[in-house]
Amino acid sequence: MTDRSTIKQMTWGEGGLVAVMAAFAVFALLIAANAHTQAYAFHAYVFSASAVAAVFAIINRYYDRPAELPAQFMDGKPNYNMGPVKFATIASMFWGIAGFTVGLLIALQLAFPVLNFDLPWTSFGRLRPLHTSAVIFAFGGNVLLATSFYVVQRTSRARLAGDLAPWFVILGYNLFIVIAGTGYLLGVTQGKEYAEPEWYADLWLTVVWVVYLLVFLLTLAKRTEPHIYVANWFYLAFIVTIAVLHLVNNAAIPVSIYSPKSYIVWSGLQDAMVQWWYGHNAVGFFLTAGFLAIMYYFIPKRAERPVYSYRLSIIHFWALIFMYIWAGPHHLHFTALPDWAQTLGMTFSIMLWMPSWGGMINGLMTLSGAWDKLRTDPVLRMLVVSVAFYGMSTFEGPLMSIKAVNSLSHYTDWTIGHVHSGALGWVGYVSFGAIYCLVPWLWNKRELFSMRLVNWHFWLSTIGIVFYICAMWVAGIMQGLMWRAYTALGFLEYSFVETTEALHPMYIIRALGGALFVAGALIMAYNLYRTIYDGEPAKAVLEPNPALASGH
Amino acid sequence: MPINFESATAFAASWGLAYFVVLFIGATAYALWPSKREEFEHAARIPLTED
Repeated sequence: MTDRSTIKQMTWGEGGLVAVMAAFAVFALLIAANAHTQAYAFHAYVFSASAVAAVFAIINRYYDRPAELPAQFMDGKPNYNMGPVKFATIASMFWGIAGFTVGLLIALQLAFPVLNFDLPWTSFGRLRPLHTSAVIFAFGGNVLLATSFYVVQRTSRARLAGDLAPWFVILGYNLFIVIAGTGYLLGVTQGKEYAEPEWYADLWLTVVWVVYLLVFLLTLAKRTEPHIYVANWFYLAFIVTIAVLHLVNNAAIPVSIYSPKSYIVWSGLQDAMVQWWYGHNAVGFFLTAGFLAIMYYFIPKRAERPVYSYRLSIIHFWALIFMYIWAGPHHLHFTALPDWAQTLGMTFSIMLWMPSWGGMINGLMTLSGAWDKLRTDPVLRMLVVSVAFYGMSTFEGPLMSIKAVNSLSHYTDWTIGHVHSGALGWVGYVSFGAIYCLVPWLWNKRELFSMRLVNWHFWLSTIGIVFYICAMWVAGIMQGLMWRAYTALGFLEYSFVETTEALHPMYIIRALGGALFVAGALIMAYNLYRTIYDGEPAKAVLEPNPALASGH
Repeated sequence: MPINFESATAFAASWGLAYFVVLFIGATAYALWPSKREEFEHAARIPLTED
């Protein structure tokens, strides 16, 4: 773009954000100076440094940019804003490898406790939330940010709303990840599973999330395609519901503005119920709705087939929304939670099987007429296997929510196995598939550097997942049976440590599965790196041609 | 009427239930409405037809 006669001026957004960030930097320094704990002071310094960096980045960007903001359309086509998408794609790969590796480490810690190193920072109790948050919120979250910003632009045929706002969302979210992750290592936690970050991190995430919702909604508002594509509905459900869950579950009152410690406003059983209402819907709306959105865009695109049944997509969307929200109590079977609430949770969990399989059927059947591509395109194979894992784990979940089954499975490794068939198989594979599609599209390359490496990734991690979930099935059922075994005299037959001893071989197999999964992800990172730096450029106008297994 | 556990449950089990049922029937009717067929056939191809 060339300079026009217009005078270059800072926009209100740029000027305003510089002022807000400068004030925030000073405010955070004041907090740091008065902080009750070192960890909190460290976080305040991180916030302050980030705010200062933001001020410099915005001013530099202002000096570098042309007088006019980027056009909404160029040559009759939407002028898509892919910078933030690229950043989130790379961030997701980085956090993914970090999160998988920490997962492998804690799997090994369970088999060989000496690996806790007798240090507070490397103890299982601190590394476990680091692993779960890194894979769910850092890896999964960045995948969702990247794909949602990509899909909403492409399917609305409109440039992303806002100039700085999309960057604020991506960078702000990753700052939240850094605060959360370093907090766990330093012992800052509010002790709520999947919601460990303390009040100040939660407040920051709230601000970021509201901007995320606004960017998404305003992009939809200026769409030039009249119909709002179903993937956007799933993304919207994910963004809105996570906002509500986050606010309610983290309603806490800090001891002081200078203290990282807060107290939750819910008490006792209500707190437990709110926590698992949150926890299960984090599964339902973060790990399901968001990734179904990915499925609804990337599978049709990669298979070059329309969605099998658009009507089914609408019905299973609404059924999923109506039912998921009630399933949380199945996490509290046989606790002080009233019996009727437990039964309600179980009933809704079983009913959820239908909308879940509605999604699975729609995803798989989208391949009708293109099944042969599974043989030649490992990326499509990854996407389709992810949907198969989705179907499997959404069958297993309702099964485990049945009280009779749950009395055996609850608190055992079966749950861990179930979670990982969903997380590694469904969320992991659909994310890998989407990233394999995205990278050549974003960096304008003809295809991936190597399809053979994608094949290696696919098979290594598939074998890894099978090792993992089989080991956990055996471990979990054995554990459950040993816990409930009685002697002829009515005493418990096994002490707890005897069950732990029996689990040892299974824990080693699980760690082996995890190692294969990490190896696959490293191969993927190398493949993407080579694609970005050495890939053959795509022709300017042509759509990148998927399903090319012939090269390399 | 004071808002307490009993009144809240009564409201949820009557009006709340009716609201959800009507909403879901509405969504299903929208999805299955015969004249919508063409629009949905177009929508199913949105990922394939973009530039």
